[in-house]
Amino acid sequence: MKTHQAKRVEITIEAVMQSRLTEALNKAGVTGYTILPVWGGSGRSGNWTRQGQVSRGQGMVQVICIIKPDRLDTLLEAAFAVVERHIGVVSVVDCEVLRAERF
Amino acid sequence: MDQILSLAATNLLSPIILCFVLGVLAALARSDLHFPEAVAKGMSIYLLFAIGFKGGVSVADHGIDLNLGLSLLAGIFLSALLPLIAFAILKALTSLSRLDAAAVAAHYGSISIVTFVAATSVLEASGITSEGYMVAVAAAMEAPAILSALWLISRGGDAEDGARRMDSALLREIMLNGSIVLLVGSFVIGGITGADGMARIESFIVNPFQGVLCLFLLDMGLVAGRGLREGGAVLRPGPLAFGVIMPLVGSSIGLVTALLLGVSTGGTALFMVLSASASYIAVPAAMRVALPEANPSIYLTLSLGVTFPFNLTLGIPLYVAIAQTFGGG
Repeated sequence: MKTHQAKRVEITIEAVMQSRLTEALNKAGVTGYTILPVWGGSGRSGNWTRQGQVSRGQGMVQVICIIKPDRLDTLLEAAFAVVERHIGVVSVVDCEVLRAERF
Repeated sequence: MDQILSLAATNLLSPIILCFVLGVLAALARSDLHFPEAVAKGMSIYLLFAIGFKGGVSVADHGIDLNLGLSLLAGIFLSALLPLIAFAILKALTSLSRLDAAAVAAHYGSISIVTFVAATSVLEASGITSEGYMVAVAAAMEAPAILSALWLISRGGDAEDGARRMDSALLREIMLNGSIVLLVGSFVIGGITGADGMARIESFIVNPFQGVLCLFLLDMGLVAGRGLREGGAVLRPGPLAFGVIMPLVGSSIGLVTALLLGVSTGGTALFMVLSASASYIAVPAAMRVALPEANPSIYLTLSLGVTFPFNLTLGIPLYVAIAQTFGGG
């Protein structure tokens, strides 16, 4: 089956910044993404877990975008403006998709 | 003093406070006891609705008076003032950066609605009445502290302008956060429907209240114990001392305010509790947006791991006892 090159961008960010990030992505023309809850983890700011969280201020989410390679810079610029000062991870990996017209 | 300690000891041995202690001990002992996230959320919605509704019904019964407006204004003033006092104490007691100190200070100007709910429950159990509009005062005290903290940052000169950190989206999130909407909304519904409305849902919001609060505080004990266990390492003696001193300072200011306003003994105790408590729901979220450079481990451990347990176990009984000794009629 024929597949097409794409970029998969994973942005793990604080839950309080989710709407700001997706708003910035929408403004940049990136309207397709998936948001996943993050159960827990460990990093420079220490360990944390969703269990027992009483505030959205402590939770994290992951926003996943799959886009055509030529739109990557636009997405990253929009995302970076939001996530620059905040806890989180932005990673980009190559992937392949079946229906290129959807991205 | 003996009378105050005796009253405090009596209040300390209530089921809700003992449930909280059980939660803290279970977490410190690394028990796997935990509540599913949705259950904890459901219990908090129930408690906020019940406390807001009962406050509204009480206002409907007793009518709106000048003291309601004055108490609201006093609450807003206290919420804006307490961060400035907290900031000064932090600068004197600790070596925290200006940013971290301002973030911590914001938490101590705002309020812990769970502490407020627990205090109203202790008052009810003791047969002490309070003004129903104290629920509205609690809601009014959530946000001003955040603005004070941002003002402290903007005064620093080397930091970003406070106004730039507070955009309209953040202001909307603070003012319309779920707790405030539910509390104020149920307060208004209670006020509109009054005693008739209460008669219709009394069996739901009055009788099960204490039991749900016990379970909720058991869960909060687990959260506080975990926070203390995991975040305790980041706290030095100075900030730890602040976590106990600040509620005492805040409650003293709340006591003076209540005496000036001439509110009841229950109202005095609740003013003390609101001034002594520290936010761990609304303010941390606002701080993550407005002051992301501030260390969340410090302000969360202090408000949730130190001040919240202190207020629930020793603070509330003490404030109620002091209010009974010095409070109004």
